[in-house]
Order: sequence, then C-alpha cells, then structure tokens
Amino acid sequence: MTRWLMRRRVAAWLIFGGFAALPLIAALTGDPYLVVVATRILAFAMAALALDLILGYGGMVSFGHAAYLGIGAYAVAILSRAGITDLGAHLGAAVIAGAAFALVTGAISLRTRGIYFIMITLAFAQMAYFFFVSLSAYGGDDGVTLTTRSTVLGQDWLADDRVLYYAALAMLLGLYLLCVAITGSRFGRVLTGARENPLRMQAVGFTPFRFQLTAFVISGAMTAIAGVILANQASFVSPSYMNWHRSGELVVMVVLGGIGNLLGAIAGATLALLLEEWLALFTEHWRLIFGTLLILVVLFSRDGLTGLFKGRGK
Amino acid sequence: MTSLFLLQLLNGVQLGVLLFLIAAGLTLVFGIMDFVNLAHGVIYMVGAYLVVMFAGMTGSYGLGLLLTLPATLVIGLVLEALIFRRLYDRPHLDQVLATFGLVMVVTELVKIIWGQSPLSILPPDALSGSVPLVGALRYPVFRLVVIGAGLAVAVGLWLVITRTRIGMQLRAGASNRAMVGALGVDIGRLFTVIFAFGAMLAGFAGAMVAPILSVDPGMGESVLILAFVVIVIGGIGSVKGAFAGALLVGIVDTLGRSFGPIILRAVMEPSAAAQTGRVLAPMLVYVLMAAILAARPQGLFGARP
Repeated sequence: MTRWLMRRRVAAWLIFGGFAALPLIAALTGDPYLVVVATRILAFAMAALALDLILGYGGMVSFGHAAYLGIGAYAVAILSRAGITDLGAHLGAAVIAGAAFALVTGAISLRTRGIYFIMITLAFAQMAYFFFVSLSAYGGDDGVTLTTRSTVLGQDWLADDRVLYYAALAMLLGLYLLCVAITGSRFGRVLTGARENPLRMQAVGFTPFRFQLTAFVISGAMTAIAGVILANQASFVSPSYMNWHRSGELVVMVVLGGIGNLLGAIAGATLALLLEEWLALFTEHWRLIFGTLLILVVLFSRDGLTGLFKGRGK
Repeated sequence: MTSLFLLQLLNGVQLGVLLFLIAAGLTLVFGIMDFVNLAHGVIYMVGAYLVVMFAGMTGSYGLGLLLTLPATLVIGLVLEALIFRRLYDRPHLDQVLATFGLVMVVTELVKIIWGQSPLSILPPDALSGSVPLVGALRYPVFRLVVIGAGLAVAVGLWLVITRTRIGMQLRAGASNRAMVGALGVDIGRLFTVIFAFGAMLAGFAGAMVAPILSVDPGMGESVLILAFVVIVIGGIGSVKGAFAGALLVGIVDTLGRSFGPIILRAVMEPSAAAQTGRVLAPMLVYVLMAAILAARPQGLFGARP
C-alpha cells in the first residue's frame, strides 16, 4: 500500500512536471499551437478527473457529464454578456449552477441503478442540451462568441495563452489534490464501500444514497469548472459542448487511463485528445479509426479496457 | 383551435408509433440480456439511408422498403455475431464503450458513403395526397399510413409475444434467464433472433419516416435518446410499457411544442410567451420522465426497480 502511494506520488510529479514544462518546450520548438491544445487537454483532464470520482470510486456510470461542461461554459457566456468578466465570479457561478443541476438530476437518477442510471443521466444531459439549443438569446444552436476572456482583479492577464494555460494547470492540480483528499477520507471509503456492497454499508449504519449524491454534486461542480476553462480557451460557447458524444468521450478518457485511480483520468484525457489530434491529421474521418480501436480494445482484452489498464491498488 | 389540436394529436401519435418501433427492440434487448445498446439509433438511420438508396435503384419506394427490411435484418445478425454476442457477460461500462465505438464507426461510414448533406425521398404517388379530416382540415395520407403501419406492428408483436412459442420463451427469458436455459431453450439463439428482429424494426422505422423527415447522419441520435426516455418511462423489458411510453412521449412532446406558447400567452405577453414556450417545450418529456421516476422508479410497467 505504501509502495503504491509512493508510486502514485512519483507518477503525479512526472505528470504535473511534464505539464509545467510544456510551454517551455513549445517556446523552444516555436509551436504556439501546442499550448492551445494542451489547455484543452487540461480542461478535459479536469472533467475526466471529476467523472472518475463518481465512476471509479462510486461505481456510477454517468453518461451525461458533458452537460456540466456546457453549464460551466454558459456561466462564462451569460455573465460576460451581463458585463461581469471576473474569473472568480465565473467560477463561482459555474460551481453553483453545476452543483444545483447535479443535485436535482442526481437525486432522481440515484433512485435507480445499472442501465437505468446510464440512460437517465444521458436523458438529463440531453434536456440541458435542448434547453441551450432553444435559448435564442444566447445564439441558440450557433452559440456565442466571447469578446474577451475572464479577467482577474480587473486585469486581462488570461488573454495571454500561456497565462491561461498555467491558470488551468493550477486548477487541475488543486482539483487533483482535492480528489486525493476526498478518496482518502472516511467519506471516500464509504463511497467505495457503497459501490462494492450497498446493502452491507446500510447494515453498518450508512445511507449510501447521501454519500453518492454528495459525490455526484461535487463531481458536477468540478466539471463545470472545466467548462469555464474550455470556454475561455475557445472564446466560444455553444450547445455542442453538451453533445452526448462528448459525454461518451469523457467516459472513454476515464476508462482509457484506468478507472478508480485519479491520475489515470488525467493520463486518459491526454491520450485520447492527442490520439484525436493525431488521427485528424490524416483524415477527417478519424472517428472511424477511433471507434474501431475502441471496439477492438473492449472486445479483445479479457476484461475490456478496465482489465487492460487495471488501476493499481483499487 | 380544435382542428389544430386534432392535427397536432395525429402528429403526436405518429411520432409515438415511430418511437415505439425503435423502443420495442431496444427494450427487449435491455430487459432480457441486461445489455446497454447505444447503437440502436444508427440502425434506424441506416434503414432510412438504405430505403433512399434502394428506392433510387428500383425506382419504387415500396420495393425499396421490401429490400430494406431484410438488409437491416442481416445487419442486425452480423453485428450480433461479430460484436454484441461477446459483450453479454461484460460489465455495463464495457457495453457502453463498445456500442459507443460502433456509433462512431457507423456514423462515419454513412458520411463516407452518402455524404454529410441531407437526402430526401418522395412518398409513393399513390400515398402522396391528403385526405379531409374535419371541415377544411386535411392530413397527408402517408403520415396516416405510418401510423397504421406502426399500430399494425404493435398488434403483431402483441400476438407473437402472447400467442406463440417463441413469445413464450421470450417472456420466460425476461423473468428468469438462467432457468429457461436450464430447461433446454437455446438462450443464445433466442437472443440472436430478438436482436436481429429489433434491428429490423428500427430499420423499418427509419424507412417509414424517410419520406417525412430529412435523412441525415444525425437523425439516429435524437431518436435514440427519446427512445431511452420511452423505455425508462415504460419500464425496461416491457413491450406494453414501450407502447404506452412511446405514445405518451410522442403526444406530450408534439402538443407541448405547439400549445406550450399558446397556454403561456394566458399569463404573459405574446412575445415572451413564444420565447419561453420554445425553450421549455423540448424539456417537457424529460420533466415527465423525472416525475414518473420519482413516483415509480421501475417505470409504468416495469417489474424490477
């Protein structure tokens, strides 16, 4: 166990160190696009991390997590339209809105399990998608272009791609440490226990529902933060953030890196996005290859992807 | 007002029977094999593309439809043998990932073969007119044919499930799969049949709506998620529930979109009512789903929670 903790610490240093050094590499190779791609990766890594918290530790397969990305992104768009450009306000609004949506839909979805849970989270995400599609005040289907990025203390520091990148990296690190603390706490152990055997948890005096719902709300709020970063990076917000394909991609990222081991989600997001970018260089039909790879890996590894990249220690 | 209501009610029923055709196969697969299939919507899409292609080749929509049915049946058989059969004993997460991969592959293939832009096809001449309903109100014949075909399939399914040997095995398999297998029924073969038949129903739905809707690579997705809502409302594994849920969702969605703004006009000014109605109407079926789940987590006709 201690050896595992040690290894995880080394892996965390390597991953975050690599991310911290990336803008230097980009500057040396003279490829500014690298930082832009990497900012996107950081945002999706946050979302995958949040999903891993409930999928890996809580056993809840949410197939609607893209909704929270969109909620966070629209928090930026709506507040900016109202003249409020402060990053703190954007983050606060995103967290509150994401948590509220997660609280309501989670309370209903968690009355069920298995296939029902997957379908219901997907359906609620689609509801959010259609809400923003028909919200013509904010461009409807076409979305809105943001004129400026979020400001910090009234300064437009984030306008520099590299500053935005490091801000995103700091947030990812913060969220990662938060998740490590949560999963190592008594709360995290009850959550894992509820995944393994809800009946037994009930017998020893816990109410699994409360723990699962709390984790679901935390995860929703975290994903909304990722949405704020994504909106700032793209300077554009549209309902396509909430497309159910996005939700699927988030699940792929988590499973690709190995579920139930937070660093895996970050690695999975990095791997999946790099694979997308790389395949897109060759053909506009990269989804054909990506999808085929996905099917093959699930079919031909003994326990599916989950077995191929078995998370250590869990 | 009454005639508008009647018109929208018919449109709602038409959407309902369409959703039923898709949900029927899906709910059996979900219920009996405890299997999540995200790729059901793309088969509906492929059905629509195939009817356009076959009708173009033969010059007749009817012949196109006759060719589409066995084609989607074969697609169902092939996919079951190649992919789905290997996933039955896997965790839900693996099923979700593999079928999600399949959605990506099939959607991309359709884009490569038929292009991104929407295709369209005319209904057959004999069915292209409209019939008078009440007073001056007329309704397209073809939409009535779609409703009739959907209802006929529902009756046919009911007969198969309640009156035939395979229907009996199916009902038995739904309540206790292991026991039916122990009694000598080849569960694997039974499921192949159900799966391929479900694929054919989805293909049939796609072929039937091809003349009404535009045929495009995204058409399977919105319908798939509405079919999920239908199944959740009706109860997983229940064809009866799928029928009730499909009509409920079809009618509520259609009436909500047309009458939502009209009703809101009673409490707010017209422009605001139109806008609010437009935003709220698409959410109505999901709110309905949430309300039914809050009262009955197993759905209207579902046995298990």
